[in-house]
Amino acid sequence: MKKQIEAKKYGMVIDLDKCTGCGACMAACMSENNVSFRKDESNKLDSITWMRVYKLTNGKEFPEADMCYLPRPCMHCEGEHGHAPCVSVCPATATDYNHETGIVSQIYTRCFGCRYCMAACPYHARYFNWWDPVWPEGMEESLSPNVSSRMRGVVEKCSFCFHRYQLAMNKAYNDGRRELEEQEYQTACTQACPAGAITFGDLNNPNHAVTKIAQPDSKHGGRPKNPNAFRLLERLKTNPKVYYLSSREWVRRAGDNYIENEGKKEIL
Amino acid sequence: MKVCRRSFLSLIIGGAAGTAFSPLPWKLIDDASIWTQNWPWTSVPEDGEVSHVNSVCTLCPGGCGITVRKVNNRAIKIEGMKGHPVNDGGICVLGVSGLQLLYGPTRVKTPLKRTGVRGEGKWKKISWDEAIAEVVKKLVSLRKEGKSHTVASISGSDRGTVAQLLGRFLTAYGSPNFIRTPSIQDSYELTAHLMQGGQDQVGFDAENSDFVLSFGSGLIEGWGSPVRMIKANSKWKERGKVVQIESRLSNTAAKADEWISINPGTEATLAFGIANVIIQESLYNTDFADNYSYGFEEFKQFVLSEFSPDDVAEITGVSSSTIESLAKNFAKASKPLAVCGRGKGETPGSLNEFIAVNALNALVGNINKKGGVWSVPDLDYIKWPEPEKDLVAENGMNKGRIDCAGSSKYPDTRYLLDRLPSAINSGEQYPIEALFVAGANPLYTMTDSKKVKEAFDKIPFVVSFSSYMDETAENADLILPNHVFLERYEDVPTPPGMQKPVISLSKPVVNPLFDTKHLGDVILLIAKSFGGKIADAFPWDNYEACLKETLGNDWDKLVDDGYLFHSNFRPAAWGNAFSNTPSKKFEFVNKGKAESVKIEGDEQSYPFILMPYDSMRLASGFIGDPPFAIKTVEDTVLKAKEIVVEINPRTARGFVEGGYAILSTPKGQAKVRVHYSDGVMPGIVAIPRGLGHTAYDDYLAGKGVNFNELIGLVEDPVSGLNAAWGIRAKLTRA
Repeated sequence: MKKQIEAKKYGMVIDLDKCTGCGACMAACMSENNVSFRKDESNKLDSITWMRVYKLTNGKEFPEADMCYLPRPCMHCEGEHGHAPCVSVCPATATDYNHETGIVSQIYTRCFGCRYCMAACPYHARYFNWWDPVWPEGMEESLSPNVSSRMRGVVEKCSFCFHRYQLAMNKAYNDGRRELEEQEYQTACTQACPAGAITFGDLNNPNHAVTKIAQPDSKHGGRPKNPNAFRLLERLKTNPKVYYLSSREWVRRAGDNYIENEGKKEIL
Repeated sequence: MKVCRRSFLSLIIGGAAGTAFSPLPWKLIDDASIWTQNWPWTSVPEDGEVSHVNSVCTLCPGGCGITVRKVNNRAIKIEGMKGHPVNDGGICVLGVSGLQLLYGPTRVKTPLKRTGVRGEGKWKKISWDEAIAEVVKKLVSLRKEGKSHTVASISGSDRGTVAQLLGRFLTAYGSPNFIRTPSIQDSYELTAHLMQGGQDQVGFDAENSDFVLSFGSGLIEGWGSPVRMIKANSKWKERGKVVQIESRLSNTAAKADEWISINPGTEATLAFGIANVIIQESLYNTDFADNYSYGFEEFKQFVLSEFSPDDVAEITGVSSSTIESLAKNFAKASKPLAVCGRGKGETPGSLNEFIAVNALNALVGNINKKGGVWSVPDLDYIKWPEPEKDLVAENGMNKGRIDCAGSSKYPDTRYLLDRLPSAINSGEQYPIEALFVAGANPLYTMTDSKKVKEAFDKIPFVVSFSSYMDETAENADLILPNHVFLERYEDVPTPPGMQKPVISLSKPVVNPLFDTKHLGDVILLIAKSFGGKIADAFPWDNYEACLKETLGNDWDKLVDDGYLFHSNFRPAAWGNAFSNTPSKKFEFVNKGKAESVKIEGDEQSYPFILMPYDSMRLASGFIGDPPFAIKTVEDTVLKAKEIVVEINPRTARGFVEGGYAILSTPKGQAKVRVHYSDGVMPGIVAIPRGLGHTAYDDYLAGKGVNFNELIGLVEDPVSGLNAAWGIRAKLTRA
């Protein structure tokens, strides 16, 4: 069968210089994706946050101290040929790498909660439902029909708002098109970010902003050519599709594990 | 048949291998996961027709446009409205969680009358007729006794038709006590009034500024209109410079190009020090100083004689070389802008500081210039004739305001809510017999909670118009619940800090879910019950008719577009910008000595300084955090039910990271957890604002401590506004 659509590789660039740590992306994601919440969410190990904003510090003393926020969605790792760490270990094919979009899916009804994928994911992007979601009386009214709500015993994670891709594609097909415009498919966090720190698009498309900013080098597993861009834990070769930008070297270094003084450019 | 070991093992191994190669295990796993997920309580949201409604968010004064996605009659997502002049598609964490307030468990669903002791939570549902009759009965009897002036009203805003209706009612009824909740807006308005004349709002052309000098303002933490400022910050990243002067590494400080740590409370001194260098080096705008300002020479002498960089360095802890380079960079920037008002700007601050900072703006000549500070006139679409007052009203209005705003002591201040508790508690003037609270939650947001509660307990009749069971509603006698912002019409005028006039229209996104009533309609109903001149002052059938009539020709455009933006607005040129000051020029006023505000507590018993900090993720105004928002709060701010305070590791001797401590101030005591942070100046304890709610739902109530319980009032000697920025504190091991 002839491929009708050119393969996409949806990815994200997050500008950490612009990110203010305001948390709008986290809440927008929760609202968009029917993420559940409990009375106490201060144990961050089991608090389900598809998008989580981490706070990095440079470890220096006052007043040389500095900090930076780092929003972390699912990295949608491509690995080599779609062998994302989580995809390789799932015994139930509940998570899969979609070669058409580059999105790592999570199919809740297939997941039986073995949590191998959580152990395999180096980014803590996956969360387990230890409890059934309970909405306070009346609040189920605000749930979106586009995303099924999960239940106890399954793993969930960021889907790059895949339902938005489906809706946009349906609309495009109705209009007799096969391709989406860049703005037609954007994730909820990208749309919400008041700082405009998140850019989303197709990394295979040279005209999309993400490609222009990150300049992924396809010969070197998608490594960014932009000197200010980096990916988390690059050396694991997970080939993630989320790129970060920072003008501060200590932030870029915080994105990976380094031996002290390894490859340091600045004399500190 | 004999079963030998060999055949037994063959069967087992063969069977296992066979099963493994068959689809059976995989099918079973799949089925098992599907069938264990098919419970009746797994919610399946109903699908339906999708539609979008444009409106405006009023959860804070920011005034962001929103687009609400609906499925059938359910609102399922709030998004920022593309193209809206304030936020252009962006949204904040509170705004995006707004549906949890609409559908949440904290709603007040019908009018309620207290049956138990105040604050006990025992209520009786009553009808709207009964509720309004109850209010009218009280108001009529007070009027009969000639006590109309003992009625007070606390309102979150004094602009827009709803607040104006409330104010108008008080005037026609005969009470001067319409009080707006305090914020830096008070200080900015007053500063502009004194230096530039008039009662215009102060706007900042922040997007066009290329050098922002911020004296502790949480530019990206909720100051001004939050989303707009975060957007401006992204613009500065591309072409501009931000210098943050603050004792703690706030988000704004971390994002700024330069963070200058300063001894807390000495910001005004630093501003005068910078002015000193600018004047000394003749870097100021001579055209403005010579031709359009008054009192410059006096100001010059004052600044030159008392604020040499060395002296200022001594007080502020900022080195004189830093002060000098800062002054030069600021004055030489093409579009510099200096701002102040700490954190989100929910506490007014000292007038001295605002005057000092505004003087910096004047020195570089950026008043009413591109990238500078603008006078923004109120849109005068509310053209109601002055209400006619009957004799009782006339008498009532002639009584002085209980908060002394506008009195000979504080002639230029318009509202002084923070003075209300002491006025009531001391009983110096007159008691307050009835209090109405709208768009405000004073029992949570006001400084010195104990004193505030004491004063509230003395008011015999408290009516709350809150849509949610907040702290003030909990302690009211009567709750007349307003529609939630997603259920009502309301005009939202220019948000604070916006440099160009804009009106947005809040529109009902869904039909009212419960037996609530629009506050505007409630005011009309109450007024009409009186008959006579009070009723005459409100000639409208209902609020919607009033709003339509008031907006006139703009109504249709507002309904269609959601907003009306005066994008071509330019502030008045210097020649006629200051016509309301006595000199008809910009006045370098010199109110009071430039002393840093002394905070409460003695250094001996309280070695630390406790300072609050603000965060976008913690709503600290009259609305509390909905579940999504509180979920985003880090575990270094809130851990289970305990608040976490930040201290510098150098001053943390005796405490362990995450361990317990007792935090005490002259005002109160609280059990807290300790977090080491290198971003806090040694000697300071930083505490988040927005926690410690006793009301709202289980997701928010009972978590942490309300900072207002730990701090008292420090009155600014000139304005009477609250100038407290912290309090001395002690931290002991728990």
